[in-house]
Amino acid sequence: MADISANFLGIKSPNPFWLASAPPTDKKINVLRAFEAGWGGVVWKTLGSQVKNVSSRYSAVDFNGTRVMGFNNIELISDRPLHLNLKEIEECIKLFPDRAMIVSLMADNDRNSWHELIKKTEDTGAHGLELNFGCPHGMTERGMGAAVGQDPEIARMVVEWVIEKATIPVITKLTPNVHSPVPTGKACVEAGTNALSLINTIQSVTGIDLDSLVPNPNVGGKSVFGGYCGPAVKPIALKMLTNISQNETTKKVPISGIGGVSTWKDAVEFMLLGASNVQVCTAVMKHGFRIIEDMCDGLNNWMDEKGYQKIEDFIGASVNNITHWEDLDINFHHIAKINQDKCIHCGLCYIVCEDASHQSINLDYGNPYNTYTIKEKECVGCNLCQLVCPVNDCITMEEHRVAPEYLNWKDYQRLGLPLNDH
Amino acid sequence: MAITNNRLTAEQYEQNFSDIHPPFETKDAALVEANRCLFCYDAPCTKSCPTSINVPKFIKQITTDNMKGSALTILSANIMGGGCSKVCPVEKLCEGACVFNLMDEEAIPIAKLQRYATEKAIAEKWPLFNRKPSNGKRVAVVGAGPAGLSCAHALSREGVDVTVFEKESKGGGLMTYGIAAYKVTPEFCEDEVNFILSVGGIEIKYNQELGKNISLEQLQKEYDAVYLGFGVGIARQLDIAGEELSGVTDAIGFIYDIRTKGYSSVPVGDKVAVIGMGMTAIDAATQAKRLGAKEVTLVYRRTQDEMPCTEEELNIAKLDGCEIIWLASPKQITGSNGKATHLECNIMQLGEPDASGRRTPIQTNETITLEVDMVIKAAGQMPYNDLISSNHLSNSGGKLSIDRSSTNIEGVFAGGDCVNGGKEVVDAVQAGKDGAVAILSFFTQRR
Repeated sequence: MADISANFLGIKSPNPFWLASAPPTDKKINVLRAFEAGWGGVVWKTLGSQVKNVSSRYSAVDFNGTRVMGFNNIELISDRPLHLNLKEIEECIKLFPDRAMIVSLMADNDRNSWHELIKKTEDTGAHGLELNFGCPHGMTERGMGAAVGQDPEIARMVVEWVIEKATIPVITKLTPNVHSPVPTGKACVEAGTNALSLINTIQSVTGIDLDSLVPNPNVGGKSVFGGYCGPAVKPIALKMLTNISQNETTKKVPISGIGGVSTWKDAVEFMLLGASNVQVCTAVMKHGFRIIEDMCDGLNNWMDEKGYQKIEDFIGASVNNITHWEDLDINFHHIAKINQDKCIHCGLCYIVCEDASHQSINLDYGNPYNTYTIKEKECVGCNLCQLVCPVNDCITMEEHRVAPEYLNWKDYQRLGLPLNDH
Repeated sequence: MAITNNRLTAEQYEQNFSDIHPPFETKDAALVEANRCLFCYDAPCTKSCPTSINVPKFIKQITTDNMKGSALTILSANIMGGGCSKVCPVEKLCEGACVFNLMDEEAIPIAKLQRYATEKAIAEKWPLFNRKPSNGKRVAVVGAGPAGLSCAHALSREGVDVTVFEKESKGGGLMTYGIAAYKVTPEFCEDEVNFILSVGGIEIKYNQELGKNISLEQLQKEYDAVYLGFGVGIARQLDIAGEELSGVTDAIGFIYDIRTKGYSSVPVGDKVAVIGMGMTAIDAATQAKRLGAKEVTLVYRRTQDEMPCTEEELNIAKLDGCEIIWLASPKQITGSNGKATHLECNIMQLGEPDASGRRTPIQTNETITLEVDMVIKAAGQMPYNDLISSNHLSNSGGKLSIDRSSTNIEGVFAGGDCVNGGKEVVDAVQAGKDGAVAILSFFTQRR
């Protein structure tokens, strides 16, 4: 059995799965249930100035009958009294001393407020702090949340205030509502943050009720931009994570990966791109805490299968596999191949290639089943047919190199090789 | 042993004749299945439908909440798409071709989804079709069955005024009179006919039989074209001794009675033998059982490999408790006091394949005798030979010969069972569409 325990800035947890700062982590009753279920740690829902929430608060995007492909919220930071949150945090730490307890903070935008909040939080015995520089709604109007994270200089200033005071590790959570997370991430690292986490939610409108014409979520006939998360945002999160993992400054600190993690496989992908652990929220909001069982089990089995003893053995292993376009090997070429024994003759590969790609699939008419074959000379190796095929391993991409040697775009240009050959 | 009616309570009849393929209870249930559909291109299901319903499209339309579009997709290809969703042998048509079968996965329940998509449109008579203004052309259609109604609807949409002559007092043909009641109710059939008529421009004259109340000559004179969709009617005789005994009946008449007189009024025997293994034989056997017959035995001269009904149909009969005797051919029916008491059959064995590729049954020296009080003949139907020959309609063994829906008589077209000898409802609907196309092009050429 592999060892899946994690050590993030000296904060230990039995597995690398934390619950992100969100509704599942805003009360003792939830957090104890999460720990009982097996979660490695929690980031307590953001503490800060007192707020008032509205109703309704959530909306979702369904896809082809599957609920909550993407999820959206307009909830604010914790709306419970600060002293109650602090008391419950302390109790949870005592009951589950082996789990990580991080507390998310968002103080008013002045030095004293931050210092005061940090002091009170540290008194609970919490293991670390996470600065909420990402919340995209409600708090931004008051100059907090994403309003801080979108301006590197403001972020730098706040991190400096925090670092002056904090005696426990500080993680800064970044917003994706920027062109790149690097400028803010860099400023925070330079200001002394011990770690970064990303992404927070993405501003969104999830949809509109076609009868009332009011977008979701509907609060008495009006809506606002919400924060989008869930499986739909994972690709964006992985991209921003890679930006942080590849930047010379930001890569110096550990990263906690967030954004649509629903399964152990998602978690492994985040870790391969440099996350030392992951945080989960939407998957729990959809299924409850019980998903942790398969996350631990699946990770363990995969590590055993691959021969990894501990998670550090693979963290960051894919970071260098994302490169610049101009460094890609132009001589690499692959061609689709349809396994006729597996083909169910649905024609999906044909119609997408015909209408949306390179007209590289032959249709031999049959009644009722047509036969589809690849025109190898025409195939550009785009993967589209393989992506839409409903049968696993029916369409495979077979390597047919143009030439044995590596050749990138810069050399290609330098050599004056022909363009527009397709 | 006796043949009697009123064997069961009202509740038992109700239960025995309730919908064998119940509809989706909820929209959510329909969506689960609709979302499974892969939306195949040049879809095998569509190619396996005689009316070429664009199945992936109508299922996709269910998932996008476009119910009006979904109903129109179905009904514009098959105006009886509602009824067909209940009576089609889909396991050998659309659902049998579903690509999920090749993955060893359950096929998409196309029929059930089709019913879901059409049920409201038919019941509420959604105005899905716009009739073009009348173009002054008048067509007589003989028979308000699937072929006739399909032809009439297609013509009317193009502005033709259609008069349908129907020998029964209701429309729908075999859909209304010849199919097991647990598949499609007479009420639904009436709704479906009314929906078809709601496009306008179609008048049905009931109780008008060709050769009795009206003549082909008269129709040719009064109308610009005639479409014959009179079907096949007379049950094939067994031509064996004892066929005249009381208790010997035919499946068409038996099912007709069930559908027109009410379940409790239809007499059935204690021990019933049904001759044949087609869809109609199954419908007769299962319904005899459901009317309260104690024993029902299907007798067929070939084996399961050659049977005309689908496996699904056979399973219905088996689940209803019907016995099956393969390789037995009726030899004679004996009786006492004029009532049938025994059915004697020759035991058969299979010989060489015949022209249709099915192995021919050959008589052996052995026989088997069944104790019976009722024998239902379901060995196929005979064409209306007299009607066909007296009107000089060229035919092959009683099946009208057509060339692109046109008979040998100019301006007289035909389709459906009277041409194909008796196929599915869906085949007749397509024949009606073909007939309408042929008639419209006949008008264009003559102009």
